[in-house]
Amino acid sequence: MTTKLESAQTAELLADFEKKINAEIKIEPSDWMPDAYRQHLIRQISQHAHSEVIGMQPEANWITRAPSLRSKKILLAKIQDEGGHGLYLYSAAETLGVSREQYIAWLHQGKAKYASVFNYPTLNWADIGAIGWLVDGAAIVNQVSLQRTSYGPYSRAMVRICKEESFHQRQGYEIMWRMMQGTNDQQRMAQDAIDRWWWPALMMFGPHDSDSPRTSHAMLWKIKRESNDVLREKFINKTVPQSELIGLKVPDPNLKKISDETYTHGDINWEEFRQVINGNGPCNQERLEHHIRAHREGAWVREAALQSDFRNQ
Amino acid sequence: MKAIDNQGELWEVFIQSKPGQSFKHAGSVHGFDKDNAIENARDTYTRRNEGTGLWVVQSKEIIAVALNESDYFFEPATDKIYRHPTFYNLPEGVTHM
Repeated sequence: MTTKLESAQTAELLADFEKKINAEIKIEPSDWMPDAYRQHLIRQISQHAHSEVIGMQPEANWITRAPSLRSKKILLAKIQDEGGHGLYLYSAAETLGVSREQYIAWLHQGKAKYASVFNYPTLNWADIGAIGWLVDGAAIVNQVSLQRTSYGPYSRAMVRICKEESFHQRQGYEIMWRMMQGTNDQQRMAQDAIDRWWWPALMMFGPHDSDSPRTSHAMLWKIKRESNDVLREKFINKTVPQSELIGLKVPDPNLKKISDETYTHGDINWEEFRQVINGNGPCNQERLEHHIRAHREGAWVREAALQSDFRNQ
Repeated sequence: MKAIDNQGELWEVFIQSKPGQSFKHAGSVHGFDKDNAIENARDTYTRRNEGTGLWVVQSKEIIAVALNESDYFFEPATDKIYRHPTFYNLPEGVTHM
């Protein structure tokens, strides 16, 4: 039971917390925070971490078939970065008092989500270009904004990730540009890739602000700094000219230029978004099963490491 | 008085200069326990409001790369210039990248 004294203390702590938020002072792990703030961060940061790690799978599909040694090395380096980004984010999430084992268990039990975009297949080499350019490009817009998040460890992880991401987007765009300078078949493959990845990339920003139940809370406490729609529009405004420059057509018949650097876009298929996020995308089952299998097959390594002498040297 | 003087353990000191920033190594202090070490760190390293956050960790708990091994240790990163954005060719006139 909460006594009067306790609720007075909580009110004081909350006032103190909100004063810090308003003054742009970051919250650190040992600071008092409201439970709803902690729960929101636990969900958001772990979802972000899972996305980095699951996102390695569609790209790994092309390592053995990369068209040159140069592109194979680049792809390996990019996938290694994504694994690293997952580790930064899990570590930030662990400062909230939940163990990494628990986060992984929630993912395997289907209680934690990851970005729905990684449930689409990578069908041709241009998809690797489209992922780097569009999917990482969308992630960068989101992550640049999150560098100013109010939770210290999350913010610091974002700063580090943004610095590393810029090569990802460039390598993707370079692939698309080269294919657009190639044969008719290569150009057709590049166009096919943007046709399939454009809409899933726009969905990465989440539902429209009017349908986003958690946004207002997250904005009030400055976990999120800009709304889904604002970020999505930023991405579109940056990306459409990049697409036109290399001769690719954005697959949106209702896309309109309304001023120098601003566009309006057609309706997003939210039914597809809901289907994919709830497990019915083309690769949901495959992605999760692969993660579970890899985790299970790696168990002996963790057991051996625990037994080994090197821990105590 | 004992034959050998005891001035406590060595602790490494990390300061966060502003809220939200990374903690940076500042130096080390002596301390007899956690509380004593962090107070000594405060009195030695933050007398002019150098920070809003402070960490101490026992020096013997720090795992470091030996200086004479560092070339070999970091070698895997030296030939991977494609990890840098400047490695890539971009068409003229591209913006926001």
